[in-house]
Amino acid sequence: MKPLDPRLLRHARTTRVFLAASAVLGTATAGLVIAQATLLADMISRTFLGSADLGDLRTPMLLLLAVVAGRGAVAWLQEVAAHRSAAAVKSQLRGRLLEHATRLGPRWLSGERSGELATLATRGVDALDGYFARYLPQLILAVTVPLAVGARILLGDWLSAVIIAVTVPLIPVFAILVGLATQWKMNRQWRTLSLLSAHFLDVVAGLPTLKVFGRAKAQARGIREVTGRYRKATMSTLRIAFVSAMVLELLSTLSVALVAVSIGLRLVEGGMAFETALLILILAPEAYFPLRQVGAQYHASVEGLTAAGRIFEVLETPLPEAGTDTRVPDVRGATIRLDGVTVAYPERDAPALDAFSLTIHPGETVALTGPSGSGKSTLLNVLLGFARPDAGRVLVDWADLADLDPDAWRRHLAWVPQRPHLFAGTIAANIRLGDPDATDEAVRDAARAANVLEFADDLPRGLDTPLGERGAGLSAGQRQRVALARAFLRDAPLLLLDEPTSGLDAESEAAVIEAVRRLTADRTVVLVAHRPALAALADRVVHVEPAEVAA
Amino acid sequence: MNGPIWRLIRLSRPVRGRLVVSVVFGVLALGSGVALMGTSAWLISRAAQHPPVLMLMVAIVAVRAFGIGRGVFRYVERLVGHDATFRILADLRARVYERLERLAPAGLPAFRGGDLLARLVDDVDAVQDLYLRTLLPCAVAAVVGGASVGVAWALLPAAGAVLLATLLAAGLAAPWLSAAVARRAERRTADLRGELASHVVDTLHGAPELIAYGAAPARLAEAARIDREFTRATARSAGTAGLGAALSALAGGLAVWGGLATGVPAVRDGTLDGVLLAVVVMLPLAAFEVVNGLPLAAQYLERVRASAARVFAVLDGPEPVRDPDEPVRLPDGPHTVRVTDLRARWTPDGPWALDGVSLDLPPGRRVAVVGPSGSGKTTLASVLLRFLEPADGRVTLNGTDVRDLAGDDLRTVVGLCAQDAHLFDSTIGENVRLARRSASEEEIRDALRRARLLEWVDALPSGLDTRVGEHGAQVSGGQRQRIALARALLAGFPVLLLDEPAEHLDTETADALTADLLAATEGRTTLLVTHRLAGLDAVDEIVVLDRGRIADRGTHAELAARPGIYRSMWERERAAPAISVP
Repeated sequence: MKPLDPRLLRHARTTRVFLAASAVLGTATAGLVIAQATLLADMISRTFLGSADLGDLRTPMLLLLAVVAGRGAVAWLQEVAAHRSAAAVKSQLRGRLLEHATRLGPRWLSGERSGELATLATRGVDALDGYFARYLPQLILAVTVPLAVGARILLGDWLSAVIIAVTVPLIPVFAILVGLATQWKMNRQWRTLSLLSAHFLDVVAGLPTLKVFGRAKAQARGIREVTGRYRKATMSTLRIAFVSAMVLELLSTLSVALVAVSIGLRLVEGGMAFETALLILILAPEAYFPLRQVGAQYHASVEGLTAAGRIFEVLETPLPEAGTDTRVPDVRGATIRLDGVTVAYPERDAPALDAFSLTIHPGETVALTGPSGSGKSTLLNVLLGFARPDAGRVLVDWADLADLDPDAWRRHLAWVPQRPHLFAGTIAANIRLGDPDATDEAVRDAARAANVLEFADDLPRGLDTPLGERGAGLSAGQRQRVALARAFLRDAPLLLLDEPTSGLDAESEAAVIEAVRRLTADRTVVLVAHRPALAALADRVVHVEPAEVAA
Repeated sequence: MNGPIWRLIRLSRPVRGRLVVSVVFGVLALGSGVALMGTSAWLISRAAQHPPVLMLMVAIVAVRAFGIGRGVFRYVERLVGHDATFRILADLRARVYERLERLAPAGLPAFRGGDLLARLVDDVDAVQDLYLRTLLPCAVAAVVGGASVGVAWALLPAAGAVLLATLLAAGLAAPWLSAAVARRAERRTADLRGELASHVVDTLHGAPELIAYGAAPARLAEAARIDREFTRATARSAGTAGLGAALSALAGGLAVWGGLATGVPAVRDGTLDGVLLAVVVMLPLAAFEVVNGLPLAAQYLERVRASAARVFAVLDGPEPVRDPDEPVRLPDGPHTVRVTDLRARWTPDGPWALDGVSLDLPPGRRVAVVGPSGSGKTTLASVLLRFLEPADGRVTLNGTDVRDLAGDDLRTVVGLCAQDAHLFDSTIGENVRLARRSASEEEIRDALRRARLLEWVDALPSGLDTRVGEHGAQVSGGQRQRIALARALLAGFPVLLLDEPAEHLDTETADALTADLLAATEGRTTLLVTHRLAGLDAVDEIVVLDRGRIADRGTHAELAARPGIYRSMWERERAAPAISVP
């Protein structure tokens, strides 16, 4: 991983302002460090070798106090800058991430990816705090302070400057070298570590099962043993990994010791002034200190760097192609023709849909049946504009769906997925997703048609009942009916339904089917149906076969 | 003290020796750093008086030794510290597990959601930071800081006092101030942060609907509005965020300034040798390195405290079932389970999940318990397994009250195949073998055959050695349940409970599984808990539960013939696939 990811500058412009501010503050720090050392060396030497008393040192003492206050002020400013920039950068990254993710579309967002992104946009972005507040400022100090301090030492004594100039660059070089050597071994170790956590989690999750089979108590010893084995394996790696740290510590402290002894010996011979020697001794450790701190802060900010890397990967994922034509034909009277439509997902061997053809007449209800994995949902994704055919085309009267602007096209359709998502908010607000400008009366009518009122009227606050995350508080069947109410309110000419009764018990199924029957009237409907009761609503049943069988 | 941190400290007792060794080497390492600067300062001051070089030899050797010592001591400190931490972790995991074993499953709120369980496991791993990243650095800082103050005091008491005061300000007051300021800012922004997080999560999970309904731009604008408000609130606290860092920097500077302010007059009035003035000034400069690691340690402490509080909250939960101190010997078979007027509930003041249920399971009898969800079916299975204590009434095994038996003994007789039976991330064969370690491959194959899974397993390229993935994710829901069934059959429990084995499966697969289950358990004492009725004509008795009470009982033919819950369930189940087109 690079010490400073250039993508951060590109995607979050506030970072540049922060880096500029940190550079100013870093230069100020270097100046204050040198000023402090100069004042100290001057006063100690005048007291020890001369005969200065506090009264004679009034001016330098006051100056030193000012330097001390200055260092406090710089530390405060640095934190303030870090705090403000981190907040702004996090906000920028969050916004861009959300926007780009929704533009990438549901096909990209499917499955666990939406969960991973949610974590990334919240906790992942927050992990950048350490990176901004500690790591970046330290990185700048690691450049400004050694350079300024080195230059000052060079003015006093070239030999000490050479010792420092030779060893300081070795610190990052060694850190990288030793880091690379142990990296692959550490990686393997971290994998074992996560395996080990997974093993513990697996055993704890299976506790009820272990108890049933009388094997629960024996597992405690197993856990102790597995962790113990891991400890032995890890310690052998750490023995090597810590050598890197030892080399770095040796480099920095031993060179200070060398400088001290060398100037001490030259002092004895009278080859150097006491004040200069003292100045070099005070400054020498300062040249190494920021570099050592970078290493320490690096580990504290790895989490943020990793999260940032993931965010940039998402932001740099190219958007899918999309049509731009907003002149959508009148769907109410349009014939929709699928002509040899093939959709292949890169992660799967067989195409999800292979040269599939189908004509849907206006006002017709078509049910799609077939085993799972045969491409029924993919077909709906194509009609929704979530997936583009890799071959073949979809014609809406005279227009190719691929040329139409997806948002414009979607204004003419309503969709009820297999497991609809309900947002935190009231039932009414969830129904209103179908038409944000609908009147309360219209929302109520839609709720009645979808059999939502049947249960909502029993709730103390009716349609204004707030729902928890993901519709918590409603059963699967009730959630399904709220989603159907959205479609009623949408009143779109084309309706796409994906197994609206899957996973429902018999009673809920009946209520949903009744609502679906009402909804299919006077519309073109494509309906994925597993259960016969649902397929029975259709004018025509089309059987979809999995690709490799059909081919 | 009984805070979570103190309890964790007590847990470290077995490795205390190693922790002490680690602290000793940490002290030597950090001490070498401070001593290096102190000795160098003396060396240079003395050299300025141009003595014979021989007089400086001891100091020169010492400076070089301190220069080498720091790295070497640090190496040992790290190794010993990590080793001790891993030992604590192994011990902690085992202890947490042992406690969870007593609580599972009824006493573990975590089992209601997989996420909570994963967090518990993460929390257990997180508490190791207490030892390595908090206790050790604090102990080392305290010893070296104290020693530095001692040396300064011996040279010049006033300088020692200054150093003590400034070290305390930087080491205790500054981290405390930072934490207090951060907590106040967090309190002010917590609500907005929560709102933003749930809005973001909700938006991403509901993205398909938002896009399909063209509602994404409005939703994103709302997210941006909350984000702006949150960012403004965060920026408002920026001014106070740097106070801790500023205080720490000020204290460091003042220590040096104080060294001069006390040292210079002392040199003039002769209480301090001039050669030592540089030492008095430079000692604080080096000693302030000890407080460097403390802010990080304080951060870890906060994190560990939160994790430990969550872990102990689970561990301190009451045990749902207490084994008798002197359990009665398990009665010999054949076994009859008798349930008399049983009442049970999950929480002491909750509603009755079972309210006066009586049931007989003589050897070989097969009984089905049916009813709508929430009728108490699963509770009944939990009481029979002694996962839940009966509040009233009795459950007996051959006349012995099950409360007098050890739970593990009882469960060698009464076994369960659950709706959410756990498959371990291992092979099919290993998951089945869990039931009986000594089982031969032939016996495992036979159990799979009876669960109607052998053909499928034999068709797999790796056969019994096929891995099932985490939580059995690599096999389908139906196969997962059949593996669990094979496991229960291999265990050969005299009394077998089947709790909704066909839940979460689609109708066809569910009915096929139920039929196979009933075929495989013929002649074995069986209690089948289900809400689907297909195939129940094969059992000896059906008990209909409704809200914890027995609403009806009889055979399938009897129950289907008379009006009641059973008949309406039966009619609905049969009617569902056959609604005609209007």
